[in-house]
Amino acid sequence: MLELVNITKQYAGAPLLHDISLTIHAGEIVSLLGPSGSGKTTLLRIIAGLEQPEQGEVIFEGRHLRDVPPHRRGIGMMFQDLALFPHKNVFENVAFGLRMQGLARAEIRARVHETLTLVGLAGFAERDVNNLSGGEQQRVALARALAPRPRLLMFDEPLGALDRLLREQLVTELRAILKRIGMTALYVTHDQDEAFAMADRVAILHATRIVQLGTPAEIYRAPANTFVAQFLGLTNLFPARQRDDGTVETGLGEFALPPTGHPGGPSVYALIRPERVRISTTGIAAQVEECVFRAGKYRARVLTAQGARMTIETENALALGATIHLHIQTIELIQE
Amino acid sequence: MFKTIVFVLLLVGWLSACAPAPTATPAPTATPSGPREVVIMTHDSFAASESVIKEFESANNARVKILKSGDTGSALNKAILAKASPLADAFYGVDNTFLSRALKEGIFEAYKPAGAAQIPAEFVLDAEFRATPIDYGDVCLNYDRAYFAKKNLAPPQTLDDLIKPAYKGLTVVQNPATSSPGLAFLLATIGYFGKDKYLDFWKAMRANDVLVTDGWSDAYYAKSTWGGKGGDRPIVVSYATSPAAEVYFSKGKLTEPPTGNVLGDGACFRQIEFIGVLKGAKNPDLARKFVDFMLSTKFQEDIPLQMFVFPVMADAKLPDFYKFAQTAKKPAVVSAADIDANREAWIKAWTEVVLR
Amino acid sequence: MRYFLYALPIVFLVTFYFYPLGAILQTSFARENARAVAEVFTDPYYARVLVFTIGQATLSTLLTVLIALPAAYIFARYDFRGAALLRAMTTLPFVMPTIVVATAFSALLGPRGSINLALMQLFQLEQPPLRIMHTLTIILLAHIFYNFTVVLRIVGGFWSNLDPQLEHAARVLGATRARAFWHITLPLLAPALLAAALLVFIFNFTSFGIILILGGARLATLEVEIYRQTVNLFNLPVAATLSLIQLICTFALTLIYTRLQARLARPLRLRPQTTVRRPLARAREKIVVALYLAAMVLFLMTPLVSIVVASFEDGGSYYAELFINRRDSIMYVPPIEAVRNSLFFASATVILAASLGLIAAYSLEQRQHSRMSVPVRLLDAVYMLPLGTSAVTLGFGFILALGGWRASIALVILAHTLVAFPFVVRAILPIVRSIAPRLREAAQMLGASPERVWREIDLPIVTRALLVGAVFAFTVSMGEFGATMLVARPDLPTIPMAIYRVLAQPGLANFGQALALSTILMGVTALGILAVERLRVGEAEF
Repeated sequence: MLELVNITKQYAGAPLLHDISLTIHAGEIVSLLGPSGSGKTTLLRIIAGLEQPEQGEVIFEGRHLRDVPPHRRGIGMMFQDLALFPHKNVFENVAFGLRMQGLARAEIRARVHETLTLVGLAGFAERDVNNLSGGEQQRVALARALAPRPRLLMFDEPLGALDRLLREQLVTELRAILKRIGMTALYVTHDQDEAFAMADRVAILHATRIVQLGTPAEIYRAPANTFVAQFLGLTNLFPARQRDDGTVETGLGEFALPPTGHPGGPSVYALIRPERVRISTTGIAAQVEECVFRAGKYRARVLTAQGARMTIETENALALGATIHLHIQTIELIQE
Repeated sequence: MFKTIVFVLLLVGWLSACAPAPTATPAPTATPSGPREVVIMTHDSFAASESVIKEFESANNARVKILKSGDTGSALNKAILAKASPLADAFYGVDNTFLSRALKEGIFEAYKPAGAAQIPAEFVLDAEFRATPIDYGDVCLNYDRAYFAKKNLAPPQTLDDLIKPAYKGLTVVQNPATSSPGLAFLLATIGYFGKDKYLDFWKAMRANDVLVTDGWSDAYYAKSTWGGKGGDRPIVVSYATSPAAEVYFSKGKLTEPPTGNVLGDGACFRQIEFIGVLKGAKNPDLARKFVDFMLSTKFQEDIPLQMFVFPVMADAKLPDFYKFAQTAKKPAVVSAADIDANREAWIKAWTEVVLR
Repeated sequence: MRYFLYALPIVFLVTFYFYPLGAILQTSFARENARAVAEVFTDPYYARVLVFTIGQATLSTLLTVLIALPAAYIFARYDFRGAALLRAMTTLPFVMPTIVVATAFSALLGPRGSINLALMQLFQLEQPPLRIMHTLTIILLAHIFYNFTVVLRIVGGFWSNLDPQLEHAARVLGATRARAFWHITLPLLAPALLAAALLVFIFNFTSFGIILILGGARLATLEVEIYRQTVNLFNLPVAATLSLIQLICTFALTLIYTRLQARLARPLRLRPQTTVRRPLARAREKIVVALYLAAMVLFLMTPLVSIVVASFEDGGSYYAELFINRRDSIMYVPPIEAVRNSLFFASATVILAASLGLIAAYSLEQRQHSRMSVPVRLLDAVYMLPLGTSAVTLGFGFILALGGWRASIALVILAHTLVAFPFVVRAILPIVRSIAPRLREAAQMLGASPERVWREIDLPIVTRALLVGAVFAFTVSMGEFGATMLVARPDLPTIPMAIYRVLAQPGLANFGQALALSTILMGVTALGILAVERLRVGEAEF
């Protein structure tokens, strides 16, 4: 449905997006994930028509959008700061897009109420948007974007201002709503958890390019490079060297070559997932530097005898400064 | 949306209700049957009776439009600035203090009016009749009778009295740079004390705490003790007819003027006002007729009540209350040539001595 | 299309400002005594005049802003009965002819004025204790009196849309009221504060009637000096030089101002006034507000009330006299006609000034492209020039250049608009600049074309500011500021014209009628202001 072909954009003289190409299929939710300043918002604005790329094409449902102004593209957008119209109430905000479409008043009323119910705000129609809670304002913004039934809906970090619990709750709800109505969506965020929870496919944006595109599971299982791995929170990365005899040499010792994923090339790193590290009586000696309880497990940061830092997971708490031994089950090899 | 429509409708209604009733703006040279318009540019103090003007209008199949243009000086300046394409057909209100400027700038066309022979010689300052005298009035000091009576002080009789200690802080004059009576009074002092000594007089006035205002209204209403608005000065430069005007405009409360005039020799200055046909006027013939008309008995007799000055024509009858109106027996004299040559210099010298 | 619209205010200025100004300057410098210009630069007197002009303007402006700021706050944040009426009353001084105000001030503060007499009575004094006539003090007082409303409306209007949560956030973070104000509110208010200060300064800088009458002959600003050089001295070259100096100062100041504005304008969380305003709650609030409002009313209203009271001194006879043409004078102005003419010109001025001002404000709105910033800032300064130009000079320029047009009603309206539209621009611009661009983008993404974006988003938000500007346009026209008196149509006399006519002759009847007309002027203006404020353009009141 949406095709980006070689989108290139500069910002303040430096390249921001380079040869970005991406295809989004109807009914699919794609998340654009990347650190702050990576150009995600700019890409959205290019698709929306609020900015122009230096090179490249945006093709929406077979139509080149280059000369089409934003208000005629039929693409909806939910902004980072919501941009609710302060001088209109909830009903008027949500009805805005429908009025622009020229729908009859009765139909507008029906659609607004339908959409408000969909987002869980039935009965809020007469409320003043300036007096709503954060979560309620989010829903109004969502309803406003949904009501005109755009063919594509874009989200620019819409949940950034909310607390974690609310965010998680809204992400789940949002995905359910979008799937229920079969909406195609492009969701931009810098939060990996959010992206993975929302999307069918995730595109990771880094250093002007999309460095990996795939389902959340695919990306998690096989990060394309160290940047992606680190972005996912997999920080146990050590330079590695593939030997001819089928072993991998790292700073932590020797390991067997993993069965799949041989990137080759000069710069190769070994990735050790925390869940693949067991605490045993023998193995690599390490000292516990930090141990915190997170998401049901203990996560500890340890310093190995070789001077490398690693993150591991355990069931039980570890005493600070204690010496433990680590057994690494498997490693993966990834590009730099 | 609906509200906007209503609002726009209301607005249109309001505007059309407000739009001035079309005082038909006729083209200067209209159809032979319709009246032609003659525009007379004047200073702000011009006034005449409607009935009198109507007489002129019907007699000449004309419409008279009076273009008030500020005080004497400002009005003249505007006429001069616009001389390439005059704003009116005739200009009334230039007085003897400014006549030289008007003549030098050449804004008038010579025309000897019908009644020229009857005009007393003292008023005819331009033999070519580029400007025709219409009325005169004396600029004199007015003083508050009640004030001096209460203080048991004799009111001033001559200009010399003003610099005496007994009269310290009692006088207000107008700035000759901005006020016509102010300039007239300055000329009176020059006429009385002479070109060499007048500045000494003014130095003494400054030492005697003279108050200077820029305009007549301010001095007369706000600074005088009889204006009733907080002023504390009982001696004000004004017109010799002002005391009479006070009676007339007192709504029957006054039977005697509350103020008097300082009429000593040389204490007043006679202002003569002129009218001239403007060069390049659209309707010069009507302008000339209007000049004639202003010298006619009808108009001359209308002048006192409207403008509170005296008609030049000796045979014009004066209204009853003019028994209170006074003129100076011996106003100060400064020749037109002198005024022409030195006006600006005198004003500057005065400014230097009195203000700076 | 947009560029055609943006060109309109420029065309307007070129035709009705630059062209007449150029004409009079050219004529002035072409006169044979052009060499007299040198004296402006050699005689130290003129330097003193310039210094005094700038000094009194600065002082007046500072004082006005300081004194009126609490009023802006009160009217912005609190809801109380009679607010609209009180606010309308603060605008009345603005419209009064200076000669009338001067006489009222004299009557109150003169050596034999009410206050002095009362004090002398009370304390058994020989001499009047208050000797402020013809001093800087009374000039400052009069300036504050006139310009109070400018600060109140422009700053108050802007303040009433600021999100009070920002202050609350600061308080919660430990800031005292004062610090929250100083660090949070004041910087946010800055665009409106500067706009108001600029307007007030220019007014004070070109102050004429007040200095002329209340300042006495020894105090002179540039404008007064220009008048003195022109009227009886007819020293056009010097007058023109002084006008140019005045103009350059105004221009330079406005450029500085635009530079500051560019840095201070930021997108804001604008809130509708209904949410921001709240009723007075605590007793302490009520007392403080009541005290301040009482002082404000006392200061602003006493001179005006004294005029009204004096006009009824003789029963209603002065008013009755207004309707009688006792001397059958051709110059008689029937008061109804004067009121009607004033209202007509004022209505037309409001519409024209509001439209042009709106267009001009939008043409000045800074977009992201900083390449545009310098021309935009210059244009901004240019739009302010009519206010900072000598009325005498400009008036003569009209005569010279537009003399042929003198007969047209349009010229009167255009002259009024020339002076009024900078007010509209200054009132609207801070609000326009603070509309978050995101709002417009959101509207676009919802399918609104650029015109609809403007109508749906900008217009309702800008409306309130537009009304502030409209009120000024109305009062400027009613009061006939600056050069407007010089293009007045004699057969369409307005109320100020009628007042001046009646004051040209001595006598109680005349002065009483002037007072009566002034009272009528106040009444009509107050009603007009209230009417304008009630206008609603677009859907919601913001």
